[in-house]
Parts: sequence; C-alpha cells; structure tokens
Amino acid sequence: MDTLVSKYANAASSASFDNADNLGDNLSGWDAATKFALPAFDIPMVANPTDFLRAHTDASAENRIRIQHGTTTLAFKFQGGIIVAVDSRASGGSYIASQTVKKVIEINPYLLGTMAGGAADCQYWERELGRRCRLFELRNKERISVAAASKILSNMVYDYKGMGLSMGTMITGWDKTGPALFYVDSDGTRMKGERFSVGSGSTFAYGVLDTGYDYNLSVPDAIELGRRAIYHATHRDAYSGGSVNVFHVKETGWEFIGNYDVGELHWHYHAQPKGVIA
Amino acid sequence: MSVFSTYPGQVIVDNPVSVPIEHRFDPYVDNGGTLLSISGEDFCVVAADTRQSEGYSINSRYVPKSVKLSNKTVISMGGCYADCLTLTKKIQQSMEWYQHAHGKTMSTAAVAQMLSIMLYQKRFFPFYSWCILGGLDEEGKGAVYTYDPVGSYERESCRCAGSASSLIQPFLDNQIGFKNQESNKTKLSLDQVLRITKDSFTSATERDIYTGDYLEIFVITSKGVEVQKMDLKKD
Repeated sequence: MDTLVSKYANAASSASFDNADNLGDNLSGWDAATKFALPAFDIPMVANPTDFLRAHTDASAENRIRIQHGTTTLAFKFQGGIIVAVDSRASGGSYIASQTVKKVIEINPYLLGTMAGGAADCQYWERELGRRCRLFELRNKERISVAAASKILSNMVYDYKGMGLSMGTMITGWDKTGPALFYVDSDGTRMKGERFSVGSGSTFAYGVLDTGYDYNLSVPDAIELGRRAIYHATHRDAYSGGSVNVFHVKETGWEFIGNYDVGELHWHYHAQPKGVIA
Repeated sequence: MSVFSTYPGQVIVDNPVSVPIEHRFDPYVDNGGTLLSISGEDFCVVAADTRQSEGYSINSRYVPKSVKLSNKTVISMGGCYADCLTLTKKIQQSMEWYQHAHGKTMSTAAVAQMLSIMLYQKRFFPFYSWCILGGLDEEGKGAVYTYDPVGSYERESCRCAGSASSLIQPFLDNQIGFKNQESNKTKLSLDQVLRITKDSFTSATERDIYTGDYLEIFVITSKGVEVQKMDLKKD
C-alpha cells in the first residue's frame, strides 16, 4: 500500500507543477514549430470517447454541436489535364451556414484537394498534408508524387478510423507520371481513377458528367462540363448550392478558372437550347 | 477490502461499487446571445449583446462576449460560456508567449489560423462555441474570420452567429453583401455599418428571447479599438 500511496503522491506533484507548459517560467523554450509539430487531441475523460462525440453531434442531442456538412464536388481527367469543380454551400441541419465556402483546398502550387463531409476535418488534414509534402520536398529535393501525397493523407486519417472523422476528398495534381487523380476518404478508402464525384449531390453530378464526358474534350468544353455538372447538382440537391468554383490542373500547376453564382448560371442555361450538353 | 489514500481524509475504495453509476456526461449548456462582425475598407466592427441565459432564466444582463486581443484584433464568442472563457484565455496566453518569443504582436491572420488549430485540437471533445474574429489584416483592410465549433474557418465580409443568427444573417446578406439587389453596390462607410449593426440587434431583441439588455460594439480602425455601448430592451 505504501508504494501505491507514494506513486499517486508523486504523480500529482510531478505532473502538474514540473510542466513548463503550465508554469510560465520557461518562456524562451516555447516554440510554435514544436508546439504544433504533431497533432495532439484532447479526449473527454469518459469510458467511451467515441460515444461521447456521437451523442453530442447527433440530431437528437439537447445542445447539438452542428458540424458543417453537405456538398457536391467533382474532378475528372481529360487530354488537357484535370478539371476540378465544386459547389460552395455549407449547411448545419436545415440552416444554410454559408454560401461562400472554399471547397477546393490549395495544398501547394501543384496539389489540390477537395472538401466533402466535415469542413474542419478536410481543412485541418489537408493543411497537415501540405506541411508534410513541404517536408518531403526539403528532404528529397524533388516534389512528392500525387500517389504518395494521397497515401500520406489516407494513412493519417486511418489512424482515427471509427472516431467520428468525416472526410471525402479528391487529391489531384501533376507529377512525373503526368496528371493524377485519387479519391481518399475517412473510412480508409484510397483509389486511383479517371472520374469522381463526391458528396450528397454526387449522383446528380455523375449523371451530367458521364453523359457529356469524352477524354478528347477541349479545355473550354471540359471546363463547361464540370461547371454544368455542379450546376445541375445544386439544382436538385438541397444541400448543395451557392456558387461553382472551377480549377484546371496543368503541367505547370493548377489554375483557378472562375467563380460562377448558381443564381446567374440558372438563367444562362435556361436561355440555351435544351438537350445540349457541353 | 483494501483502502488507501493520497492525502489525509481522502479514501479510495478499490472493491466493486454496488450503487447505480451515472453514465451520462453532459458538459455543455447553451448560454445564448448573438454576435456579429462586419468588415469595411479600412475598419472592422465586432458587436455582441451582453445577455447571458440558461434555459428560460437570465443569469446576467452584462456579461461581455467580445474581448480585445490586440490593437488590431477582437474576438467574439457565443455558445457555452465556460468553454468560451477557457478558449479566450488560451488565445490570450498564446498571444502573450508569441510576443515574448518573437518580439511582435500576432497578426490577425496568424491569430485566425491559431484559433482554427486550437478548436481542432478538441475535435473529439469540442468547445461548444461559435467564434468570430474581427480585425485589420496586414494591409490595414477590415477582416472577419468565422469558425464552426471544431475549427473549420473562412474569411468573409460579414457574419452573424449565435441565437439570433438566423434572424440577422439574411438581413446582413442583403444590406452588406447586396444579395438579390440589382443596383446600389457601393462600399459602405463606418457610419452606415454601425447603423445596420444597431438596427440588426434592436430588431433581433424583439424576436429572440436570448438577445437583449445591452449592445457592445468594438470598432477597429488603424487608430486602435474603440468600444461603444448601447441599450437594448431588457424584457
């Protein structure tokens, strides 16, 4: 019993008072680079932390933590590179939290990531990915491949599988092998592909995208196809809307093509003859 | 039965406990209140009411939700007041340490990124808080950063959060963002922004039980932060 007593007595004093983080007596040692070097997360002190988070983000919770959701995103490969198009709506329940979300995350001048699912999850982990890609460049004196970058992301979030992360993303870019497109999600899925659409409006976007798709599409036609697919998804999916953001991934890196308000696109397409796609 | 203690008086029993155990852990409460921030060309306005409620009872008529972080940055928070206090203290402590380490004050953009990380570090045990950060950017232009409870953030021109957000935000979209207006898309002056802010809160006070008592407005310009107070209805 004495050993137990001494063990607990020591723990109390050493844990809380010797820690430089708690006492401001070692300020020169503080450094943002080490402080934020590795992700560390606070966990609620309950028997099952995962159940705790689920209970408080659930629709039935008394004080619900509403994490922003809902999306349509798409990306496809074609002869001129890759087109990435996304909507810009975020909703918390039935309330439209924002119509101006940036769902294309610029990881670096050669890599783009898209955002579907939890906005914070996508933002945080793709920023962390950007940091790791930069470290890779500095260590290896060459740019990371899209395959490797997407695998870093996939492996990072896989560590937290089942803990409530929600992320459906497409990682695109141009590397030694040419244009590359990967789908990565928080379940741990990672796959290479020619054409993806992710989010609540993805089925509508796929309908337009698959109908109008051709690998030999010209750049303006490919941009128009991506924009149109997102527009139709925002029209039929209540959780998608706002405006369409379009990006073009080329050998020289990505380029922002434009932001198109869905309200104006509607009348633009309304005036066009029916049955014309791309 | 074995008993041991870490200090005199404390008794820890390590045999099975036979009384029912409360399994539910409910650390959150919504203390209501509304906050908003609007950015202009060379200014930023951060405003919040000062009522604090719990259910149908009012805890206090004057508990400020906004805190001046530096001459260029003001934070405003709503939600669970306990979480907001903790988060505000964390930001202030980190900003002080940044000042000591680097010999300069954190920029608004740096505070904005840091707050996102702080919120995400509690991804699995979130702070129950809606944050709006208002201030001036490195070019002296007005900046508003808005957050969800787990750290997703974005720079916007205006934002309202809290209990009357769904009443005020559409009004702001129309008056500040000129949404669904054909013409009249001009840059707003500080006087116009202050008028819209005051109208937003007096109107929200009429329809939201959690908003009222006083309105505290922080005006951030290149000259520093000026605080104005205004009465709201107290019923």
